[in-house]
This record gives sequence, structure tokens and C-alpha cells, in this order.
Amino acid sequence: MERMAKYVVTAIGKSVRKIALLRGGSGSALPGLFVEKIDPRFISDSLAPLPHGVVVISGTNGKTTTTKMVVELLESQGLKVFTNRTGSNFTRGVAAALLGDIDASGKLTADIAVLELDEAHAVHFVKTVSPRYSLFLNVMRDQLDRFGEIDTTADFLHTVARATTSGIIINRDDPRLTSENFLGDLGSEVKTYGVDSSLLSLFPSDDTLRGGDGAQSDHPLNDDVALVSVNGNHATLSFDGAAHDVTLQLKGVYNILNSVGAVALTRQILGEKLDTNKMLEALERVTPAFGRGETLIIDGQPCDLVLVKNPSGFRLSLSSFDPAGFATMIAINDNYADGRDMSWLWDVEFDNLSASGVDAVTGMRAYDMALRLNYDDITIGHVDTSIQSALDAFIASHAGKPKRIYCTYTAMLDIRKRLSKLTTVEVVR
Amino acid sequence: MTDIAPIRLLQLYPNDMNIYGDWGNTLVVMKRLERRGYTVELLSYNPGDTFPANIDLIVGGGGQDSGQARIEEDLHKIAPQLKAMAEDSVPMLLICGLYQLFGHYFQTREGRRIDGIGVLDVTTLGGNERLIGNIVTTSAEFGEIIGYENHSGLTTLGSGAKPFGKILKGAGNNGKDESEGARYKNVIGTYLHGSLLPKNPKVADFLIHHALVRKFGSIDIEMLDDQLADDARRIALKRPR
Repeated sequence: MERMAKYVVTAIGKSVRKIALLRGGSGSALPGLFVEKIDPRFISDSLAPLPHGVVVISGTNGKTTTTKMVVELLESQGLKVFTNRTGSNFTRGVAAALLGDIDASGKLTADIAVLELDEAHAVHFVKTVSPRYSLFLNVMRDQLDRFGEIDTTADFLHTVARATTSGIIINRDDPRLTSENFLGDLGSEVKTYGVDSSLLSLFPSDDTLRGGDGAQSDHPLNDDVALVSVNGNHATLSFDGAAHDVTLQLKGVYNILNSVGAVALTRQILGEKLDTNKMLEALERVTPAFGRGETLIIDGQPCDLVLVKNPSGFRLSLSSFDPAGFATMIAINDNYADGRDMSWLWDVEFDNLSASGVDAVTGMRAYDMALRLNYDDITIGHVDTSIQSALDAFIASHAGKPKRIYCTYTAMLDIRKRLSKLTTVEVVR
Repeated sequence: MTDIAPIRLLQLYPNDMNIYGDWGNTLVVMKRLERRGYTVELLSYNPGDTFPANIDLIVGGGGQDSGQARIEEDLHKIAPQLKAMAEDSVPMLLICGLYQLFGHYFQTREGRRIDGIGVLDVTTLGGNERLIGNIVTTSAEFGEIIGYENHSGLTTLGSGAKPFGKILKGAGNNGKDESEGARYKNVIGTYLHGSLLPKNPKVADFLIHHALVRKFGSIDIEMLDDQLADDARRIALKRPR
């Protein structure tokens, strides 16, 4: 097929997007796939003219929230930022987001693109677009049924790092990212961020899960930003030889660590031009991304939705939140987007819930979850595979009490959908 | 039963061969013994350790290629003990990577041959695609065995091993001969994660029963309430590959 003119592709793509939106879709997958098909260079051509280039954020846990942070930190510096806000982190999601933002001639009005990319799609993406900067958060066990094994995931990120032209930011506490294998042959400058050694116990990695030693890096590192203390959502970051105290809107220690990565990346991009105070003020204002640690209000009571999708994330969430005073529900689905393998539940320890018990267990794999809790001797209230009826009963029997729901991705979508029918859902920070 | 000797349960290489919920198998063996009034002494063996004596039951897991490389040499050092224990009917459960290394050898796609310890009469060749998804097999002794497979190695059984199960859904040892896993005496090797034992309590109790018989002579093991496992099995059977 002859290559179509950009404005033709744009016009057709925008129409497909409009139709997809009218039909009630998110507007991300179908139109994106469509333009990728009719114009494989659509993404690279649209992004090429951006004066500050393209930034890729990848890793197993925290991509969506970290991307949102980086976007807001860059905006605080006066930059106009393009991003794939829909959380659709495949290349087709980038194409769809572009269709929403480009004008009729196909031009994107932005200074910089900050893109969250799934590890495997990031490899595909860098074949046509060389990121100027990349930020790698972590490599953890996640959806291994898709990538095979965790070392493969690290190889994907290594490919992205090699394609990066100006600067790479990595989490120094992830042994797969700081190994000689990963860092040895990179062309661009690498800077790291991480936590003070006194805080390492707050961040268990897959390698230290069963008494293994977290491997020490065999490559010299160039530390830029460190997290030196955490107390609830108060944190102290250290960079430029000074300590900076911040109070975040985001909950959970993992979000605090991701904010350290976001700061390191922003420092790298802005360099001398950075207004540190404005950046830190913006950091304090960042709220969770859709479905990631949101708090909703149901019948006047807060309800935390905590997205869990892999053992390390689930463990971190459990250790971040005190269950006392909360009614707790766990919702586990096994759709493709959640991962079909239930093995991961056995790599999470639920001791944190032993005093409070779990009031309700739901989702397609509710009984797998209940079985898991039973072997940790956790008291279980109600087990029901139907999210709809389980949620109704959970809300009815715990009126007047704050609630917390740990849920996999598609379970979270089901829960939000049901909640919107039951009550006017108000999203608070 | 506090006056009787504790059951010595050994996790083999938990630092390097421990992925996709292998802890679930250890936990289930431990809890099912404790719920029957036994005390359990949970031991770990990692490369370089002194191999513990008087072990009653061994559980070992899967690993990535890098993990397998780290234990390869050490495994051969303890091979004589492991072989003697297998001959002596010690129950063992080996998942995925350790299943392969308990066979004669694993030959990678590049042709590199990693020698196993030959407890099980099986050989494995590296394959081109990963065999991934929900899997159901059946055996006369255990009924339907339910799990999740994720491997690229293709395993073939010799005459000295019998399959752990026959495939009802999924690929199994090699995607061709309908066999899954291998057994020799009380040793079970299998590709099933899930974790395997929580949703297959009959397999857990087989291992426990033989550990108790070896240690204490003839024994009746008490039934436990497995309603949650039954419900989880019922749902798992209906899920897509």
C-alpha cells in the first residue's frame, strides 16, 4: 500500500476515535490499532518534531502513577507535555492519545512527550522512536505468563536503555537494573535514585523474599536523589547536598519511592533551568491516577481502592496500610489483563491482616484467594465470586465504617462500575 | 502429640529456585501437618550449606535460567544423598526447574547440555515456544490434578518413570504424548504451578502420608476440611487456558 498523507491518516484516525468514544469505549485501543495499521510511521512522525524529545517510563510497578507525577513536575516548569493519559501503555495507546491531541494537519503542539510503556511494547516502540530520556522503576514478577521470566523483562528494558540518547534514570535498589549486564554497554549517562540503607527493609524485593540476599551492584553508580526518611506520607528527599521535606497526597511507600524517581528524571531533563521549589510544590499536589490508590466516598465513608497485580506490589500495599478500623475486601480476577496464573497469591504473606481478618473475598478467583488466606490462618467473612453481589453485601454490612478493597485490574473496573450504580461516587485525593 | 519427633521438611534451594508461588507448596505441607497435630521443623538448603540429615520430606521449586546456573554445580555435590533418599522412599516434590534437573539432563536450544542428577528417568530439550496456561491432568491415584504450566523445556520420559498425570487440558511434558510430570517411588516431578498443592490436597496428603509412614510405621492420616480447595478447583476447571 502507498503511504497515505499524514493529514489523511489523521482525519481517518480521528473519525475512528470519535466513533469508538460514541460507542462507549475508552477511545484507546481500536483507533490506535487502526492508525498503526494504515501508517506504521504515524507515531514516530508525530513525535519527531518535539523540542525536548520523548521520555519513556517503564518497569513492573508504578508506571501509571509515576508518569502522572513526571508530567505534573514538568508542567510546573512551564513545559507543555504530551502523555498517554488513558493508562493504555501499549503503542496503540500512544497512537490513540496522539489522535486526541494532534491538530487536523497532524501536528502535535507540545514541548515534550512523557510516555508510560509496558516493557514488551517499549521494545517495539524504540525500534522507530529513540527516547531522549528513560526512567526504569523496577523489574518484578508480573504477568510472567506473558513474558516468560523476569530476566527476559530486564532484557526488554535493557534494549530500551540502549536506544536512549541522552540520559537514563534507574532505581539503584533493583539488582536487575544495576548489574554489569544491564549497565555495562549503555551509551548514555546513567543516574540512579534509591533509598537510604536504613529504609531498605520497607521495600522487599523478589530476591529478598525468602531470605535471599539482595545482590550488590557490580557496577559503579552515580546517585542523584535519595529517599532518606519516610513517615506516613511525609518524606525527606536528598539531592544537591540538601535535604528537602515533602508531604505527598499519594499513599503507600512505593509511591514515595516512585516520586524520588520522578524527581531524578525531572532534574535530568531540566538541568540548570530547574526551579526546585516549583517542582517540589507540584510533587506535593500530585493525586493518584485512575484506579491506583484512589479514595472514593461511599455513603459518607471513605473507601480505598488499592490496585494489586503482583506479589511485590501486594506485599508493599499490605505493609503500607493499617487495617485497624477498616472493613477489608479482596477482589481477585484472572482475566488476561490480570494474569491467569494464581501462583502469585502464594508469594504474598497476609500476616498483616491476621488481627482484623478479611470481611469479604470476591472476584472470579475468590476461592483461590480464600484458600490462600486460610493457609495463613486469616479469618474470612463472606466469599462470593460475583463482584456485584459481594460488593452490595460488603457495603450494606459495613455501613458507617471506612473500607478498603484490594483488587486486581479488571476487578477494579467491575467495582467502579458497580459503585457508580449504587451511589454517587465522589473521588477524593 | 508433642512428645513425638518433629517432621523435618526441607526446602531445596529456596533462594535460587523459588518462583511462581513455590512457597505455597511448602506452606501447605507444613500447615496440613500442623493441623493434624504434628510439629514441623522447616529447613532450607542453599548452595554451599551442609546437607541436613534425617529429612522426612523435600520440596523444591522452579527457577529462571540464571537461578539454575547458580545451583547446577552444588546439586551434583548432594546428588548421592538425594539419590539414596529417593531409593529409600523419601517423598519429594520437584516443580519445573528442579523437575528438569532431577532428570538425566537438560539440553538448551543452543546445544549446551546441563547434566541433571538422574533421580527421575527423564530428559529435557529446550523448546522454541513457552507452553503457558491453565492445565488439567488426571491420574488414577489423584483424580483431576489442576494447575498452571509455564515452561519451554520439552521433557520425555524413559521406561523408569511413569507420568504424574495424563493431559485433559494443556500441553504437559512435551505437548505431544499427553503425559505430564514424572514419578519414581515417592518422588513427583511436575510442571504444575498454581501453586500445585493448595488446590490438589490429595497430592499434598500423598507426600505427607509417605513421610509419616517412613518415620512412624503404619499410620492413618486424619481428613481435613477441604471445602475451599474443592470450590477453588470447581472454578479453576472452568477457566480458559
